[in-house]
This record gives sequence, structure tokens and C-alpha cells, in this order.
Amino acid sequence: MMLCKLSLKNIKKSFKDYAIYFFTLILGVSIFYVFNAIDSQTILLDVTSSTMEIIKLMTNMLSGVSVFVSFILGFLIIYASRFLIKRRNKEFGIYMTLGMSKRKISMILFIETLFIGIISLVVGLGLGFLLSQLMSLLVSNMFEADMTKFEFVFSNTACIKTLIYFGIMYLLVMIFNTINISKCKLIDLLHANKKSEEVKLKNPVLCTIIFVISCGVLGYAYYLVTGGVENLQNANQIFIPIIMGVVSTFFIFWSLSGLLLRIFQSSKKHYYKGLNSFTLRQISSKINTTVVQMTIICLMLFVTICVLSSSLCLKNSMSANINELAPADLELTALININKEDNKYTDKEKENSKYTVKEKLESIDIDINSYIKDYIEINTYRTKDLTFKDTLGSKLDIIQDQYKFIAYNTQEDIVKLSEYNKLAKFYGNEEFTLNEDEYIIIADFASMLELRNMSLNDKENINVFGHTLKPKYTECQDGFIDMSSNHINPGIIIVSDNIVDESSIYRNHFIAKYKATSKDERIKTEKYLIGEDTSKKLDDNDLLIDGTSKLAIAEASTGLGAMATFIGLYLGIVFLISSAAILALKELSESSDNKIRFDMLRRIGTDESMINKALFRQIAIFFMFPLLIAIIHSIFGIQFCSFILSTLGNEKLLPSIIMTATFIVIIYGGYFIITYLCSKNIIKEKR
Amino acid sequence: MENILKIDKIEKYYGSRSSLTKAIDNISFEVEKGEFVAIMGASGSGKTTLLNCISTIDKVTSGHIYVGGEDITKLKGNNLNKFRREELGFIFQDFNLLDTLTAYENIALSLSIQNVNSKEIEERIKRVANDLNIKDVLKKYPYQMSGGQKQRVSSARAIITNPKLVLADEPTGALDSKSAKMLLERFNYLNKELEATILMVTHDAFTASYASRVIFIKDGKIFNEIIRGDDTRKEFFDKIIDVVTLLGGDLNDAL
Repeated sequence: MMLCKLSLKNIKKSFKDYAIYFFTLILGVSIFYVFNAIDSQTILLDVTSSTMEIIKLMTNMLSGVSVFVSFILGFLIIYASRFLIKRRNKEFGIYMTLGMSKRKISMILFIETLFIGIISLVVGLGLGFLLSQLMSLLVSNMFEADMTKFEFVFSNTACIKTLIYFGIMYLLVMIFNTINISKCKLIDLLHANKKSEEVKLKNPVLCTIIFVISCGVLGYAYYLVTGGVENLQNANQIFIPIIMGVVSTFFIFWSLSGLLLRIFQSSKKHYYKGLNSFTLRQISSKINTTVVQMTIICLMLFVTICVLSSSLCLKNSMSANINELAPADLELTALININKEDNKYTDKEKENSKYTVKEKLESIDIDINSYIKDYIEINTYRTKDLTFKDTLGSKLDIIQDQYKFIAYNTQEDIVKLSEYNKLAKFYGNEEFTLNEDEYIIIADFASMLELRNMSLNDKENINVFGHTLKPKYTECQDGFIDMSSNHINPGIIIVSDNIVDESSIYRNHFIAKYKATSKDERIKTEKYLIGEDTSKKLDDNDLLIDGTSKLAIAEASTGLGAMATFIGLYLGIVFLISSAAILALKELSESSDNKIRFDMLRRIGTDESMINKALFRQIAIFFMFPLLIAIIHSIFGIQFCSFILSTLGNEKLLPSIIMTATFIVIIYGGYFIITYLCSKNIIKEKR
Repeated sequence: MENILKIDKIEKYYGSRSSLTKAIDNISFEVEKGEFVAIMGASGSGKTTLLNCISTIDKVTSGHIYVGGEDITKLKGNNLNKFRREELGFIFQDFNLLDTLTAYENIALSLSIQNVNSKEIEERIKRVANDLNIKDVLKKYPYQMSGGQKQRVSSARAIITNPKLVLADEPTGALDSKSAKMLLERFNYLNKELEATILMVTHDAFTASYASRVIFIKDGKIFNEIIRGDDTRKEFFDKIIDVVTLLGGDLNDAL
């Protein structure tokens, strides 16, 4: 019981040192809870079943991300507790001189961790519970759903999950503490404070050389992901600039810590002004001893900025594409004349595949006319004589060499000019004209577009149904048949009507616009046309129909956008908290050393305002330094992200960057201010 | 002679009404310009409290302290800091140098907080480094210096601002005898050649023997006072020892 008392008193006494640690733990617990409790927040939402599916997918992904997050938080907690123990070396030394065994000291730490763990879990879960109510507003907003009613929801599963994950983390902390203590030597513990800092000066010439080289390497990495991004041929190559970036970031911190001081020292006028020399020395010694941490923090901030801004932007761009890429309300498709050898389908289904979509619907007595204002039917054709490979002509070898993973033997979709033009008119897309010996390729999927343009540019002829056709245009034209949320049409070949062999018909498309105008009516319409009853009837009669609707596409894409946003937010916030907490702990753990220094400054008569200014500058620069380099990284990183995402839609980056900046200012800035206030408090205290 | 320091019936009490400790019990004395005064006493005699009160680190319970005619017990806030940085110089037992700064930078700091420009800082440091024989260590960090060197750097920092009064708290406490002797000779030099007024607290008779006057304190009161006059240092040392013997067992351990 004595140990228990001692532990409690220690916590109370060093609460100021623990404040940031506590704050971080509580934040970590509550965020972990909030993101794991999302599914229970969505129960109250009025959403369709397809949105529910996406939410389910999202919660699954979030719980996967949670494992990763728990690793990060676990490392953070162990790192933080190591810091706090270091600060108390002398205290443990005194215990040991009094004859306390190492086991008992470990016990004290064990009880302390237990108390801290329990308090942080209780407070964190409480805060998480409140925050998750706010979260449900965000969720309903993201999924564009109405909340039926507002109710406080507490998620038991999320709560238990949080308890288990953090329980394991605290257990690890206890184990680490015990190992740490058992390795300690009494003499080191007692003299831990006495060790005066050795200032290791790096060779300035070496520093300059390394700085210049790393800047060069970094610049080249920047070039690789922006200007030279077109040369990236497969996904693995992206690791080259990433590794280059990581290594050069490390060496930039390493060399800058040595150079920074020299640069400022060269201006004696500024260096010997007020406490400038003191502040600069403080900062450079701190950066000197934390090069690795600085690098990690800088990279975490970089990832945060990129993930947050591109995930927020993804949400915006996905919603924006729908009107352009899903101009009608409903698209139903059916394969025609399925190959007899195809084992995926039953014989009955194969037999029935001779009917078009409309015929199938009519056969089960679906009343199309009372719901549908206007519709169009269009067929696509395929032949084994025209695969993707065949369209590439002489460029095939070069392309195949570079892009190994494309299915070159896929048969190309072919469409009649007149039918395509009818559809284009229906969609409001561009219509084309064509001579009998010409063809056009329509595509909007960026990377395929590029490949096809290479062969079109060479005016490659293709052979369709025994006719040799030449390209009308030297590049692909914009257009599509299937509605979707993104630019994913890899290419469809338009040829003139009379050369098409009717027997090679592959798929029948039925594309319609509803009479309904309001959202409720649309939902009603879809319930009738493609609802459960209809699909059951189709199943019973062995009729195959695939389909998608504008509503479903919209839900899927807002859902995907929302999913990206939530995962981005989750990771971003955790990364931000971790990096800010490491900086704050580092700063605060040195505050006792700093207190001695500031006391000394006070004794020789430094004004309080001057001291506060020096402290503020010292912490501000310490916080800003990694952020600044992370921002420079991000300028290029975001460009790369938007290049990748451009396949998904046009980016509207500015609003999401502003959102990201707001997050950083609130969380990172918050940590900075708390650190400043805590340090100010510590150096102010009377002995 | 001009009065640099005048201490007028000061008292310093610690604790509450029920358990009162009189650390300083009605002490009065004066220090004139150019004097080198040592205050001797055993641990717990109140000598460090006295120094802390003069240096405005601590506040007196009653009485007045005048430095150059100004009552410093009335000073508050930034005026206190201004007083400390412009009128006083400090030398501490544990040197109190900033471990992250070089000797040069440590010395420069006490001028730069007075907004002295860098050119003048350089000139003044050159001069004081000559006086204290620390030219070779200016570029070194505290951890690269010996105790004696550190204390001389600390002394340089204390006197470079031309303070009215230099306060030294057990300046030889952490030094070996050779370094102590060297430091005290420098103190003498500062006192004689540069006319620095030095008030030094010590419990070591040898250290005290370098002063021109020694004030003995026991239980918060002035016990005795002896003046060196024309004595040699050895004769003065013997006189100090006599008083120490008189003071009783407490100080004997200091021999």
C-alpha cells in the first residue's frame, strides 16, 4: 500500500510534466473510440441499403487502419513514458540508496502506469463519447443522408475494442519500464542530472557538402514525382523517389543543425543581440540531438498534409463528376448469345441470353412506360479477331515491353456509328461522322488514352470483320457508353453500320431516363424497376440482367469519397498528434535543464519579457522547422497525389488545402501553445 | 570615500509565527568604493541569505539596503532586473555558466542583454580576457574548461558590465587550492587595478585572507569585524584564524 501511495503522490506532484502526456493519451483514446464507433452512429441515418454496404466497408477499413494506428500510438506512448522516466532518474536513485529493490521501483512504475491508464481511458472514452455525437453529424453530412432523430449512442464494441487495444499498449509500457529499470545503474541514476551537455560541433565543410548533396537529391526526387512523373512505369518505381526523399530529409536535418548556427554566427550584429545567441544555441543543440525524431516528425507531417488534402479533395471531385459521367438515370445490360462453353452460367441462362434487356423485362411483366420517360437501346459487338493487341499494330512491341500487366488479349468493344450517335445525343455528348473505311476510338481513361494515342498517331489500320479501316483522328475522342462515377472507359471502337457482323453481338444496353423528378420518386421508381421483387422474378425465370443507376453511382461515389475522407482524417489526426506530442515532450522533458539556464539568465538581470520572448522563439522554431520542410515536401507530394487522382476526376485542391491547414493550425498549433505555456510555467516556478 | 553599499538594520525571518527562524537578525554595515570585503561564517550562519538579500534574489523582512544611494528593497519587477544587470555582478560557487555557450558567448551575454553593440562587446571582452588571463579559453565550452578557468570566465562575465558591486558566493568552493589561489590573485588585481568593489561570502579563512576587511557572522548577527590595514596576507590570515577559533567549533571544520 505504501507503494500505491507513493505512486499516486508522484502522479499528483508531477502532473505538470505529465499534462501533455495525459492530454495526448486522452486524445488518442477518444479518437480511437470515435473512429471505431462510426458504425453505431450511422444506425440513426436514413440511408439506402447500398450506402449501408459502403458504410460497412468503411467501418471494416477503419478497423484495419485502427491496427496501424494502434502501432503508432503504441510507439508514441512507449517513447513518451521513456522520456518521463528519464526525468525521474534521480528520484529512482534516491529510492535505491534508501534500499528499495528494483522490483519495488518497477512496481511503483507499474502502479503509476495503471493509474494513468485507467484515468486516461475513462476520460478519453468520455470525451470520445461526446465527440462521436458530433461525428454523427459529420457522417450524415458526408453520406448526404438525413438524420431521422438525434440520440446519444454509446458503442459497446468500440468501447471494448479501445479498452483492449490500449490495455495492450499500457501492458507493453509496463514491460518496457521494467526492462529499463532493471538495466539501470545506481551511479548513473544519481548523476543523471549532473552530466553537462557536450556540444559536438560538426565539420562545417562536411555539413555544407552533405547539405548541398541532399538538396540536390531531394530536388531530383521532387522532379521524379512531378515533372518526370510520366516516366514512372510501374508502381514499384515510386519507391525510388520516396527513399531518396527520406534519406535526404535526414541528411538535411543532420547538416542544417550544424550549419544553421554558423550562418547566424556570421552576422555578429544579430547573433550578439539580446538573448539571440542563447536561443540559437538552444535550438541547434536540440535539433542536433533529435535528428532522427525530426526526420520522422517531418515525414509524418508530410504524410498528414498529403493524405488530408487529397482525401478531402477526392470527396469533392467524386461528387462533381457524376452529372457529367452519368447523364441518364438507369442503365441495364445483358450479355447476348453467351458462348455455350462458358461454365459461369446455367444452361437455362445461356438459352435465355438471346433476349434483349427490354424483352426480358417485358417477359416478367415490368411496366416500363409508366415510369420511364425516354429510353434507348444500343448493342456492342466483339470478335476474337480484334483484341487490344491487334489495335496497337507496330507499336505493340514497344508498349508491351513497358507495360507488362495489361490484358492484351481482351476483345475490343465495337459499336455501330448510328447507335452511338443516338446514345451520344441522348447523353448530350459529341456525335461523329464516319466514312465506310474509317474508325474512331472513344476513351476517357487517362493511361489507356495515352497508349491508344501512340498507335493512332501512327495511323495504324485495323481489321474488323474482314474490312481494313483507317483511323479518322490521330487521337482518341472523348466519350463513353457505360455510366460510371469516374473516367474509366478504356476504349470503344466506332465503325460504320454496314460493316458490322450482326452475329458477333456481345451485349445489349438499355439506357433510360425516369419520369420521376424528386429524389423520393426516383427511389420509388428504382424499387419497382430494379428492386428486390424484380430481381427475384428475373432469377426465378433464369434471366440475367446487370444494371446500374445514377442514384447508385452517386451513392457509391459519395460513399467512396466519404470513406477516403474518414480514413484520411483518422490517419491525419493521429499522425499530427503523434508528431506534435513528440516535439512537446522533448521540449518539456528538457524544461528542468532549461529552468536552470533561465534562472541563471534571471540572476544576471535579464528582463522577464526577454526571457519569455526567448522561450517562445525557441519553441516556435523547434515546432516550425520540421513543419516547414514538410510543407516544402508537400508542395510536390500533393502535385503527385493529384496526378494519381486525376484519373478519378478533376481536382479542386484549394478548399481541401485550406481545410488541412485548419487542422494543422488547430492540433499542431494547440500543442505548440500548450507546450509554451507549460514551459513558461516550469521555468517560472520558484525552487 | 563613497558609500557603495549601506545595510541598515535588516532582518530576515523564515517560517511561521509558531516556528520562527531568524536567518538574519538586525545586521548593519557599510561597504565603501574599492573595498574587498569578505563575509565569513559557518553553514547556517545566514551569510548566504545576506548575499541573496543584497543581490535582490531574496527579500528582507525589515530594514533597508542601499546600493549607490538607492534603496533596493523598494525595487520591483523589471526595475529589479535592470538593477541586477546594470549595478551588480555575480560570481557563483558552481560557476553558473550556460553549458550550451562558449566562454566568449557566456561573457557576451551579460552585455547583449543591455543592448551593447557587438563591436563594443568584442573590445570589452578582449580587455577583460587579458585581465583575467582567459584569452585561450574564449572559444571553449564549459565542459572543456577546468574549474579555475570556468570561475575566471564567470568573473569576467560579472565585471564586464562595470558593476558598482561584485557579489561572490563561495567563489573558491569548487576549486582546488592552486586554482583558488590564482582566482583570488585575480580578484586582488580587479580590486586594486580596476577599483572593483567586491563583496565575497566564504567559510574558508585562506580565501578570506585576500580581502581588505572580514566580517564574521554567527546565528544571523555580526560577531566580529577585522580590517587588514597594513598587515601582510599571512599576518591577516593568522588574525582571521584567531577569530575563527574564538567563534568556536562551528568554523573549525573550515580550516
